[in-house]
Amino acid sequence: MCGIVGLYLKNPALNDSLGALFSPMLLEMTQRGPDSSGFALYRDQQPPGRLKLVLQCAEPEFSWSELAAELTRMFAVDVDFSAVHTHCLLSLTAEETAVRRYFSRAELPCAVVSIGRHIEIYKEVGLPEEVAGFFRLREARGSHAVGHTRMATESAVTTAGSHPFSTGSDLCLVHNGSLSNHNRLRRKLEKAGAVFRTDNDSEVAAQYLDIQMRQGASLEQALYSALDDLDGFFTFTVGTSDGFAVLRDPIACKPAVMAETPDWVAMASEYRALAGLPGVETARVWEPEPATVYVWEQGGRAHTACRNTQEAARK
Amino acid sequence: MSAPASETRIMDLRQISVRELNQALHDLPEAGASTRWQVRNAAGEHALAVGINAPCAVEINGHVGYYCAGMNKYAELTIHGNAGTGLAENMMSGRVTLKGNASQSAGATGRGGLLVIEGDAAARCGISMKGIDIVVRGSVGHLSAFMAQKGRLVVCGDAGPALGDSLYEAQLFVRGQAADLGADCMEKEMRTEHLEALGVLLDQAGINLPARAFRRYGSARSLYHFNIDYADTY
Repeated sequence: MCGIVGLYLKNPALNDSLGALFSPMLLEMTQRGPDSSGFALYRDQQPPGRLKLVLQCAEPEFSWSELAAELTRMFAVDVDFSAVHTHCLLSLTAEETAVRRYFSRAELPCAVVSIGRHIEIYKEVGLPEEVAGFFRLREARGSHAVGHTRMATESAVTTAGSHPFSTGSDLCLVHNGSLSNHNRLRRKLEKAGAVFRTDNDSEVAAQYLDIQMRQGASLEQALYSALDDLDGFFTFTVGTSDGFAVLRDPIACKPAVMAETPDWVAMASEYRALAGLPGVETARVWEPEPATVYVWEQGGRAHTACRNTQEAARK
Repeated sequence: MSAPASETRIMDLRQISVRELNQALHDLPEAGASTRWQVRNAAGEHALAVGINAPCAVEINGHVGYYCAGMNKYAELTIHGNAGTGLAENMMSGRVTLKGNASQSAGATGRGGLLVIEGDAAARCGISMKGIDIVVRGSVGHLSAFMAQKGRLVVCGDAGPALGDSLYEAQLFVRGQAADLGADCMEKEMRTEHLEALGVLLDQAGINLPARAFRRYGSARSLYHFNIDYADTY
């Protein structure tokens, strides 16, 4: 099963209540995914050159301050850090590739959950209510958020196997469904230099979108390519630094519902997750069409691109 | 439990659970006088007003989740909102009117009664229907009336790809364009008896459109029997 939710605020006056609006959406999807949960928050965007890093470590004795000191020596910069539950948010002035290289080589018990100027991902095994509590989701401020409640079918129930998946700067993906060609695609992407952390099919989809966008594709173009290159069942919700997108496969077995007002746009696996949003009674509520890309970028400028679903359904 | 016919029982889902609502509806006697109910604050809850087995009129305010009005017998339901997956699935009799849009598999496996969707219906509308009548004022998504066995699906707008795939004896009427027809579905002649029957059904659904504006589709019946010519294929 799995539940997915996303909230993109078009009215910045609501940014202070992002967590208060988004947390109930995530918790409402508990029945669809009680084994693990996670969310990406887009908040406190850093100036160019400065990175935010979210790391996760299951060992309670692990010293984040020693790691921060080590990073300070390595990169000769100040490193700010704040630990929360099993995760730690660090910020430093450094190149993303250099930071990734450091963590791929260093033999550390911690893992990179997200890297970017804007994104922070927190995810853990456990009921969504517990996970939201660990990371104080309800108090979070920000411009948009994407979340997932997991009922694992394809791979292990671990922190690394939880959603959202983020393999590239500020991009993240949550997935309801299962991909059938992910092993072949994984090998192809590995040849192109991609590094995978899990056996999870959804990580392949995140990596795929990231590579497409690094090669110059827009979010919309990357999602259209995904319709050609990904086989299987999917409802995706994708976050980028200033964007938010939804895509369903041409068969569209996996549910999705969207709602939009002048202040926000939201998606969820089921309407009940949207039922508490302010103004939802008069919102435009609709079911996203199969094989159709829905994108909001730059504070809410929407563009919906409709492909010929008949052509897609025949594939 | 039942209130006098003139009284409307208000069931506010902020005050009571879905289980309590459904139990109250199940407690109605099958042969009793019709009662009136209003359900408030549906908030996308699943399985609202399922399994009613008594004459009654139920109004639901707000969007509903999955399987609303499933297995309905005798009751008349009106939903002022949109509906999730499986609206009125396996309906036996009575009438369900949806004022908004329906998600996938509306009217699935329905045995009887009338389902009227005043907006659009998504994919697989009327999948495996077995005698229900479904009238959609808007359009339907892909694979509608898949393996439909009996009953009628009327679409006032357009039908998505693969309409009527593997169709048995259900009759399909489409006023707009069918994107394409599924395996073993074909257009058929609209004869006088079809025009008359469709006219009656449109009247019942409260839709003021002429029956002659619709095309009829049905089974080509070529998948009914094993074809010995294909034996080597397997």
